Amino acid sequence: MNLLWKDKIENVDKIRLNAPVYYAVDFEIKKEIELPTYGYITLKGSEANYRVKISEIRPYENMKGIIKKTTKKLKTLLKIEEIQDISAIPISEFKREDGTYLKRITKFSYGILEEQGEIKIKKFEEMSEEEKKLMEDIEKKYGIKLPYSIIQKLLDAKEEFSLKKSEFNKVVERAVEVYKKREVDPYEAVGIVAAQSIGEPGTQMTLRTFHYAGVAEMNVTLGLPRLIEIVDARSMPSTPVMQIHLKEGIREDEDKVKEVAKKIESTNIIDVGNVITNIADMSVVIVPDKKKMENRGIKKEDIVEGLSKLKLQKLTVEIEEDRIKIKLSEPSYKKLYQLTENVKSLTLRGIKGISRAIVRKSQDNREWVIYTQGSNLKDVLDIDEVDGARTRTNNIIEIADVLGIEAARNAIMEEAINTLQQQGLNVDIRHIMLVADIMTYNGTVEAIGRHGIAGEKESVLARAAFEITAKHLLTAGVLGEEDKLRGVAENIIVGQPVTLGTGAVTLIYKPKKR
Amino acid sequence: MVRFDVLEHELVPEHYLVPKEEEEKILKELGVKKENLPRIKKSDAVLRVLERKYGHIPVGSLIKIVRKSPTAGRITVYRVVVRD
Repeated sequence: MNLLWKDKIENVDKIRLNAPVYYAVDFEIKKEIELPTYGYITLKGSEANYRVKISEIRPYENMKGIIKKTTKKLKTLLKIEEIQDISAIPISEFKREDGTYLKRITKFSYGILEEQGEIKIKKFEEMSEEEKKLMEDIEKKYGIKLPYSIIQKLLDAKEEFSLKKSEFNKVVERAVEVYKKREVDPYEAVGIVAAQSIGEPGTQMTLRTFHYAGVAEMNVTLGLPRLIEIVDARSMPSTPVMQIHLKEGIREDEDKVKEVAKKIESTNIIDVGNVITNIADMSVVIVPDKKKMENRGIKKEDIVEGLSKLKLQKLTVEIEEDRIKIKLSEPSYKKLYQLTENVKSLTLRGIKGISRAIVRKSQDNREWVIYTQGSNLKDVLDIDEVDGARTRTNNIIEIADVLGIEAARNAIMEEAINTLQQQGLNVDIRHIMLVADIMTYNGTVEAIGRHGIAGEKESVLARAAFEITAKHLLTAGVLGEEDKLRGVAENIIVGQPVTLGTGAVTLIYKPKKR
Repeated sequence: MVRFDVLEHELVPEHYLVPKEEEEKILKELGVKKENLPRIKKSDAVLRVLERKYGHIPVGSLIKIVRKSPTAGRITVYRVVVRD
């Protein structure tokens, strides 16, 4: 016997984060249920989306650290050991005790899952049976594994032109033939081809760095400088920007979005007024600008409150009509100077590192998006209103830190191809993919060039041929290093064929014996 | 406030932990040794999420990654967990 109930995604998230945990629900469980059992949670009522392991059922009592399904009318406590995302099971597969099938879950129900089978942990797009079969058939027949996209295209074509079996087989055969022809040959120098393919269009890129987009003065590095930045894996791009998407219900309303933007934009005292050092009476004076304060939604009290965060000496803050005077308890010129600097950079509100936030309509005109100057992915993702899944930054290192290495690989690819495309250059994505793969091979984002990938070359001669020849040769001599002559540069130096293409294989002529 | 699950981000592909028993078969199929595979650091943001799901993931485990590829549609790659 299983329990089935309808719940909200927020509760599921809570359980997921806290499991094992007690969960209070608003229904009574009257029947005897053997423990441990599984409970199924549905979001829409028509299909089960999550499975939880229940190890204890008892009447409701208020305790610390429990999660509540609703605020009122709680009746039962369930101890949930773990929660799993499962591929959706239609509710109609659950049986009632009398053998009839359930249709929908409105609140709660008992049910027995007929075919227990294997419950899969959720996957996004599982391959269909047909696709799987075709892929296996081709592999068996031709000894080659075609990519998923080709399999999909083949099956689409089969349906579109209603091909007969023999005709379809012919199409498959032709597809395999063409695919084999286009495969990279063994020992092909893909890296060099990629370098050339990106380098040549690179010569046509603009060297001009800045580009002013839209009405608001937001500048973004584009063109060659940006491409170099990506490949160099700089810890901070010269113009970090973010694109923040918001959750449903907020993103359609310009005013609400603007409010969030205000929350994100960091405001320093210097943004809303002048800071003057008055040496005559050893004080720092803030002269707030009314207009600027209004624009940013900051009040005088906010400034005073912000000043209390300063940790220097005991400060006395005097509020006058149009100015705020700060005095030190033990003034000295040095301290006074320090105080001025600290006051200038004091953040009153917002997220550190984000200097501007502008609200604009997205390209498809459906929602309002916040564009920012400056980037702080981690803190932005923690804001409730933000739709984290679609929020982007152009700082690749930051992506690697916050979202992991695979996300960084995707970001490198996207940034590079976008930079090239903005200039009207078309580079095959495969070259970029290779670059992104190599840059993320080690688990961290590494630069291409002498500090990154090329600097790690194994061969002494290759390193010596590149830069600072004498130093490399000397240290190699002292350490007694060995050169296995596997790479390109070292083989050219010693005057033998490089291990690429036909040079990589050895052919021996063996005359027939007569 | 629920912390953002990085696996839900558009840029992050699907990650799975490969069970110990299947490792050998996969390596044989690929024809490589573990140390030749691309790496993923133990401190990687995604691994921290996976550890919530699978429990402790030791150094040397295989992580299966199902990427969306613009050329091949879907492609499975593997990374091996390494020390920082």
